[in-house]
Amino acid sequence: MIAIINYGVGNLFSLSGSLKRLGIESVITADENIIRNADRIILPGVGAFGDAAEKLRKTGLDRVIIDEAKKGKPLMGICLGMQMLFEKSYEYGDHEGLGLIPGNVKPMKPLLDGKLKVPHIGWNSLQIKDKNDPLLKYIEDGDYVYYVHSFYATDCDNWTSSVSEYGITVTGSVRNGNVWGTQFHPEKSGEKGLLILKAFSEI
Amino acid sequence: MVAKRIIPCLDIRHGRVVKGVNFEGIQDVDDPVALARFYNESGADELVFYDITASVEGRGLFTDVLERVASEVFIPLTVGGSINTLDDFDRVLKCGADKVSVNSGAIKNPALIGEAAKRYGDQCVVLSMDVKRVDGKFTVFTAGGRVNTGIDALDWAVRGEAAGAGELVLNSIDTDGVKKGFDIEMLSAFAERLSIPIIASGGAGCMEDFKTLFETVPKVDAGLAASIFHFKTVNIKDLKNYLIDNNIEMRKI
Repeated sequence: MIAIINYGVGNLFSLSGSLKRLGIESVITADENIIRNADRIILPGVGAFGDAAEKLRKTGLDRVIIDEAKKGKPLMGICLGMQMLFEKSYEYGDHEGLGLIPGNVKPMKPLLDGKLKVPHIGWNSLQIKDKNDPLLKYIEDGDYVYYVHSFYATDCDNWTSSVSEYGITVTGSVRNGNVWGTQFHPEKSGEKGLLILKAFSEI
Repeated sequence: MVAKRIIPCLDIRHGRVVKGVNFEGIQDVDDPVALARFYNESGADELVFYDITASVEGRGLFTDVLERVASEVFIPLTVGGSINTLDDFDRVLKCGADKVSVNSGAIKNPALIGEAAKRYGDQCVVLSMDVKRVDGKFTVFTAGGRVNTGIDALDWAVRGEAAGAGELVLNSIDTDGVKKGFDIEMLSAFAERLSIPIIASGGAGCMEDFKTLFETVPKVDAGLAASIFHFKTVNIKDLKNYLIDNNIEMRKI
């Protein structure tokens, strides 16, 4: 059973639908006991970092996620959910993240020189940096995934397992032990995305 | 880099897909969920759903369709039709839409673009416009091309971008349904003035039309069409392979 953390951000139809298609049991929940009893946790998220981090803290779910991750439970953050795994975000101010992966989240815009549009939105190809990452076991160099974001994870080279090029090198996925994150949306990335979720369920 | 997109458009009326030629003579095509599944498997990069029913009952059927598609088809979904308020944004986003397209709702209330962008992010707000030449000037039309608003289309697009629209769907009424190719002249004029992604709509009749589109107007990000896909004149998988062979970056399936 995968617990999809529900803290009131975004629609989770596609994520729970993807897992259902794969025959993987999941529950959308904010209940501490259910999260603690699940085999795996997915932290989704769209919207602003500050608001989302605040919501997690207010509900106390931040502690639950950190505890479970430290016990070794597989945890995967998606998009903003991935960004929140890092130590700090500079999205409209300074915000503390969950600190499960070393690194920071910074705006892309100042680095793109006005040449490329922000948000980085659309299908982009992946270059795999860590061929041994079990999350990417079904993915090959050049496979396309779907991105929608204006901020990106940086200072995290040691933990980066795949990247995409968009004027700068965008962190595509990260791993620190039993904690994974994808900047792209596997639940919107067609068959390749389903294979990433399948790989997570098999870890 | 980001791949160019191929987008089939599904007009939904009373829970079914329909497509009019020149916005008239609507024909019943197919079940939307089955068609969405088919397009997903053929490699469509995104799906656009327009709700063309005006009744409350039709709207309910539409959101049912949307929920079913979002639970089964795992590519981005854009929804338009009858989007007039932030509540309308909320309603379709809750049913699984990723982006929301506004057309006449933004003309009636231009503040809607900015308010929606602020609440849901620029990436969520798609400005869609039906444009026709009137005395040589690109002019915004509404009501399926029947009402001339008198608004200068280029100015309207620039204002929409400044207000926070993240993408523009540019539908040329002059080429829609004619199947002689996209409106390259119109698209080039808009591409010069805008930096947000432009989705070209209206006029695709064959695979070569998409090649001409992406080669002639490199700033266009996506090609949208309905009937040539619905009636299987063009298969999306063949189209993408053809474009890849012509060095246009596409997501491979």
